[in-house]
Amino acid sequence: MHELAITESVVSAVAERIGSARVRRVVLEVGCLAAVVPEAMAFCFDICCEGTALEGATLEIVPVPARGRCPQCATEVDVTDPLGGCACGSFVLDLMGGRDLRIKEVEVI
Amino acid sequence: MCATCGCGDTTDHGHDHESHHHHHDDVPHVHPQPTPRTLRLEQNVLAKNADIAQRNRSWLEGRGIVAWNLMSAPGAGKTTLLERTVRELGAELPIGVIEGDQATFRDAERMRAAGCPVVQINTGSGCHLDAAMVADALRQLAPPADSLVIIENVGNLVCPALFDLGEHARAVLMSVTEGDDKPLKYPHMFRASDLMVLTKLDLLPHVAFDVARCREYAHRVNPRLEVVELSATRGDGLAAWYDLLRARAT
Repeated sequence: MHELAITESVVSAVAERIGSARVRRVVLEVGCLAAVVPEAMAFCFDICCEGTALEGATLEIVPVPARGRCPQCATEVDVTDPLGGCACGSFVLDLMGGRDLRIKEVEVI
Repeated sequence: MCATCGCGDTTDHGHDHESHHHHHDDVPHVHPQPTPRTLRLEQNVLAKNADIAQRNRSWLEGRGIVAWNLMSAPGAGKTTLLERTVRELGAELPIGVIEGDQATFRDAERMRAAGCPVVQINTGSGCHLDAAMVADALRQLAPPADSLVIIENVGNLVCPALFDLGEHARAVLMSVTEGDDKPLKYPHMFRASDLMVLTKLDLLPHVAFDVARCREYAHRVNPRLEVVELSATRGDGLAAWYDLLRARAT
């Protein structure tokens, strides 16, 4: 449900940065551990854009995996599941990244 | 005639061609379109909230105030624990409370009756508190120097995990009447917390809740999570909770 508030933040952050241009496309990087459901953001994006310089724009979501380092065997793996463990049997991984929500770029005319 | 601009398909029409297209023959032609440009923004979406949260934290630290963010599913016993905490610890350590709920002033009234200053935030349809709401509430609460501020977040195990409020410590409460596998089902919340408070311990004989298994699941998600087990109605474990509040406050 917080995706609505976050999508509103995306729209207002972009609108503040682009001046008088109109936005055709927004590319958003979503970390796999960011606790955000991309489908929910896509669902409310159009509504949040109405009446702004982003009206009619498309939203492109790029998932970003996290990296996990196993404290037992020191292996590094890509992590997409918040409960992901290590092949050596350890449940616990030291997680790096994967929690960011970043507006990567926008296409404007 | 050109369907785009209405100009005739002749060579001697009467407008200039400086920024315009020509129709001197019948070959297909292209109207100049504004060229799309790509702007790299590289902007953190939660940056605005993070900035306000950091300002809250600095404001609190400048006054020697420590803030806790209490989160849980609805009904885990946040308000009951706070009432008893204010009654038993309030004389030693001044406590101010910020209450977050979708609606009503009921929790604020309970805290006021327990004897502490309180500000109620109603989020309406909102499912979490954010740093700007807490900044407003802090201005209203005006907590004294060297006190403790406890923010009771909206009852929700999902959304509040994502929003920094400017607190110094985060506690997630869960009661023994909930499933002991909750840390696995809501991993983001348990990972985002410093402390897990198991509440309603007095009900343990009546429910199939395995405390050891719950701790194991919680540590699987967050190996650094501290755990306190208590009953705010009977009093078990409260000393450990008060010790934690005192330790963070000094």
